[in-house]
Amino acid sequence: MAAGAGAVTAGDHPATPVVETLRLLAKQRRRTPADDPALARIGLTVLPVAAVLALAVVPLGDTAPVDLDVGVVWFNAMEVLAWFAVWVAGWGPNAVTSLAGGYRMLPLGLAYELPHMLAIITPAIAAGSLAPATIAAAQHDLWYAVWMPAAFVLYLVSVAAMAFWGPFAAPLGRDLAGGAVAEHAGLGRLLLHAGRWMLLTAGAAMAVPLFLGGGAPPPITGPDPFPGLPALWFAVKLVVVIGLLLAARRVVPMLRTARFVTLAWTVLIPLAVAQALVVTVVVLT
Amino acid sequence: MIALVGALGVVAVGTGLLVFTVNSMARATFLLLASFVAVAVLLIAFGLGYLGTVIVLMMTIEMMIMAVFMVMLMMNPAGLMPMTMVHNRWGSWAIALVVFGLLAAGAWLVPFPTTGRAAQDPTVALGDALMGPQMLTMMTLGLALLATIVGTVAVAVSRR
Repeated sequence: MAAGAGAVTAGDHPATPVVETLRLLAKQRRRTPADDPALARIGLTVLPVAAVLALAVVPLGDTAPVDLDVGVVWFNAMEVLAWFAVWVAGWGPNAVTSLAGGYRMLPLGLAYELPHMLAIITPAIAAGSLAPATIAAAQHDLWYAVWMPAAFVLYLVSVAAMAFWGPFAAPLGRDLAGGAVAEHAGLGRLLLHAGRWMLLTAGAAMAVPLFLGGGAPPPITGPDPFPGLPALWFAVKLVVVIGLLLAARRVVPMLRTARFVTLAWTVLIPLAVAQALVVTVVVLT
Repeated sequence: MIALVGALGVVAVGTGLLVFTVNSMARATFLLLASFVAVAVLLIAFGLGYLGTVIVLMMTIEMMIMAVFMVMLMMNPAGLMPMTMVHNRWGSWAIALVVFGLLAAGAWLVPFPTTGRAAQDPTVALGDALMGPQMLTMMTLGLALLATIVGTVAVAVSRR
């Protein structure tokens, strides 16, 4: 299963993702009786495309590939397409485990999306802009991860959840024999797993301009030891964020979706609202 | 620009019509979403980046919440068996035509400003309009929606 998920876990060879990709590319697709292959393929295709479109507005260094003045909202809109993608990918094969896995994406989304929206809008409030590059530039003397730690932690949690990954892997759960991906073989399976990793990477990349000062060196180090290399600082910070997410997966077991929904609506959303309120009051006064 | 608007309009109306011809809930949901996304792209092409992007965001979430209601309320929640998307055929035709007539008449009769310049930043202008003169409306709406969500969940949850 772990190898099927394209994940390098303890005991796996580091070359596993490459081997697994080649194996899936060579494998034949699978059909189930009375399925809806067109819809499933739309979902499987939308997932990696949405991840790339989300990543397009993230400043990789000091400028984004597409410098959008409403980049934060665009990122959110693209990442939300994953709900739809996983749901129809699970629906398409007309099979029980697959459908149940696809449906698990909906309560997961209902749980993570509101804390996520509040967590990404809080830095935007502090910087007074929806453009990620402007938000990054507004942190030249204090990182927002320090200024608004609750929003940062909530953002990391919601990134793992939006990529239905680690503790939030219920839609692809082992208890459902793979859930939404159970009936997909070959290219379809590869697209879903790759899209999920791409989504996780896009989310981790967005944490850098929103909370970690983008391509600038940490404010405490004084003069920049590598001047003119914002992409390097961006890469270092991205590796740290991804490392944090990978470490969290080792520590936290998979959460039952119902429990996560309860946690989200009773703890995470009030916390996110309180964090946004504090930041707004400080900005306004 | 006219060609783009025309093409997107055809996509929006076409997918909107197809919603009622397919026999699967999931296909209907996808087609409705495609229709809304075409409208959103239209708004982005007009330079209203925020409004267009928010429509993609909101409509995707809305379609997925519709799927949650499908699970909760429909006789055939999984939708794995074919089903029809229409009922009360003549009544719905009448309602649809009347509403379409009203909206189309509104679009033609409202005196849209033809002179004057566009706002410097349409996002800021929108925020000013919503949170300035319409603040009371928006606040009341927001609270009412939140109360409805919490109330619906409280009624639906069977946990003691």
